[in-house]
Amino acid sequence: MPQVFRRPDSLKEAPFRYCPGCGHSIVHRLIAECIDELGVRERTIGIAPVGCAVFAYDYFNFDVIECAHGRPPAVATALKRLMPDRLVFSYQGDGDLASIGLAEIIHAANRGENLSVIFINNATYGMTGGQMAPTTLEGQKTSTTPQGRDPSLHGHPLRVAEIMATLEGVSFVARTAVDGVRGVKECRRLIRRSFECQLSGKGFSMVEVLSPCPTDWGMTPVESLRWISNRMRSTFRTGIMKDRGVDDWRRG
Amino acid sequence: MPGQLLMKGNEVMAEAAVRAGCRFYSGYPITPQNEIPEYLSWRLPEVGGVFIQAESELAAINMVYGASAAGVRAMTSSSSPGISLKQEGISFLAGAELPAVVANVQRGGPGLGNISGSQQDYFQSTKGGGHGDYRLLAYAPFNHQELWDLTMTAFDKADEYRNPVMILTDGVLGQMMEPFVPTEYVPPGLPPKDWVLDGCRGRPPRVIKTLYLGEGELERQNLKLQKKYQRMKEAEVLYETYMVDDADLVIVAFGIAARVSLSAVRLLRRRGRRAGLFRPVTLFPFPEREIGDLAEAGRRFLVVELNLGQMVEDVLLAVNGASEVRLYGRCGGSMMTPEEVVDAAERMESLDTRRRVRVSLK
Ligand SMILES: Cc1ncc(C[n+]2csc(CCOP(=O)(O)OP(=O)(O)O)c2C)c(N)n1
Ligand code: SF4
Repeated sequence: MPQVFRRPDSLKEAPFRYCPGCGHSIVHRLIAECIDELGVRERTIGIAPVGCAVFAYDYFNFDVIECAHGRPPAVATALKRLMPDRLVFSYQGDGDLASIGLAEIIHAANRGENLSVIFINNATYGMTGGQMAPTTLEGQKTSTTPQGRDPSLHGHPLRVAEIMATLEGVSFVARTAVDGVRGVKECRRLIRRSFECQLSGKGFSMVEVLSPCPTDWGMTPVESLRWISNRMRSTFRTGIMKDRGVDDWRRG
Repeated sequence: MPGQLLMKGNEVMAEAAVRAGCRFYSGYPITPQNEIPEYLSWRLPEVGGVFIQAESELAAINMVYGASAAGVRAMTSSSSPGISLKQEGISFLAGAELPAVVANVQRGGPGLGNISGSQQDYFQSTKGGGHGDYRLLAYAPFNHQELWDLTMTAFDKADEYRNPVMILTDGVLGQMMEPFVPTEYVPPGLPPKDWVLDGCRGRPPRVIKTLYLGEGELERQNLKLQKKYQRMKEAEVLYETYMVDDADLVIVAFGIAARVSLSAVRLLRRRGRRAGLFRPVTLFPFPEREIGDLAEAGRRFLVVELNLGQMVEDVLLAVNGASEVRLYGRCGGSMMTPEEVVDAAERMESLDTRRRVRVSLK
């Protein structure tokens, strides 16, 4: 019988221990599939964030370094500068990237570091128990905004992909959502594009992924997907914000 | 002397780093250490290395973390407030067992303080500095020859122990010029780095991490680190003594304060006083046994430092009550003269007090 589905080589045998319905498991798998497809597993170095996805090192079947909260772009910068022929990507949550690590991500992007960044926007701090994130929606209840996020007190949801698109150093930036089959397939395509952007030496790229955190949203996995489609997508417009194209990197 | 170079202290460290094979530097501007990044900004590309002016000290130390994971000899430098910002990253380096060299060209504190030399970061450098139970090898050079030699040693020891190493100097040494002999760097023959992250071709994937959540895992990791610090204590103590054998007064001082104290000891000797100098070269590990061996009734210790009493605590522990210990401390960028140290020593001789520590401020 022909095999139609299997574990990508870029994932270890370990079962995901993220919560049921968590977007991290989906995006981990998509990354692994893209790396398999591109045939670069043995020259990939991933950077795990502080956040639920710190455990990426238990799942990815290639070299992974964990580092301080918000600093993956700095760590990635050094790794890539010293090993320009490796695929270096950081995987970061919205607390990690959009709050404590905002300086690092903006400056790595502005320097045009030839890196890929996979940015998981789940509108909350998953690991620490669902506090407000910079990306929390207006009115969204979190454990530190029990009355809902009030922009006059807590500011507005931060649209990172749009900010990145304004930076000269950025070659490719897009936002997508893993809230259904179509979104998942699109996410996979965009991640692959980001890796190809790096492999063809085009410079900095980022894919922002609207991703479910059923546990801290207090929803079922299915409700979470609906909440992304109905609520998150209206605050965070999906699509490609910037694309300077990629070359055939295999020949280059 | 032929073959000597005349350079600023900061540049001495920068060039010594390059000679020792440092190929990555990242830093953020702060006085009085700016000559280090300025020098390396042109010097590193010349030898195929990478220089990055980071957006902050946080980014700088984390770039060093990445560079070290790539197996490259990496360095950062700063001055006191910037070193405070780097502490989280230094803790991560220690936790992940990644080698790196960090130079602190100390200035006066706390807060923004001022930009002249101080030794107010002794505790921070020798007792851990950031969070968690870790130690850095900490070198305290006292002239440009040592800035040169110890910078090279720092890279070797960082690799040998897979641990960050601190070069603790100050704005005075960093800014002044003096001749030194640029001794050649001789690689020590270290084992290959079999932990580097460079892609898993032909080997199983590797992980570099500091998180240990399993039952008992973190305690085991800590005990492993402690064994390493213990090995440093046994093998890495460096110090120098001057006329201590017959001395009834031993001045203990490091770095720039030791230079002033050396002049003071000579003045005291000329006045017929039996004074000597004990100069720790490593601050961690501290030469506690060697100081302890000198401690006996009838011999007094005067700790001279550019802070209001930090190393004196280690001297007190080493002496363990066997001798009288006093402190002459200046701070906030003030520098003592040899005559002031002589005065402090003579005041100590004329006083008969049961108090073992006396902070003498001026
Ligand atoms: C310096 C520092 N501050 C705070 C924390 C605590 N902390 C751990 S994870 C986290 C937020 C994670 O949220 P996010 O980046 O959105 O990732 P998620 O868990 O949602 O995937 C925080 C604040 C830390 N580990 N280090
Ligand atoms: S808390 Fe949220 S982000 Fe973290 S594993 Fe659970 S569902 Fe995923």
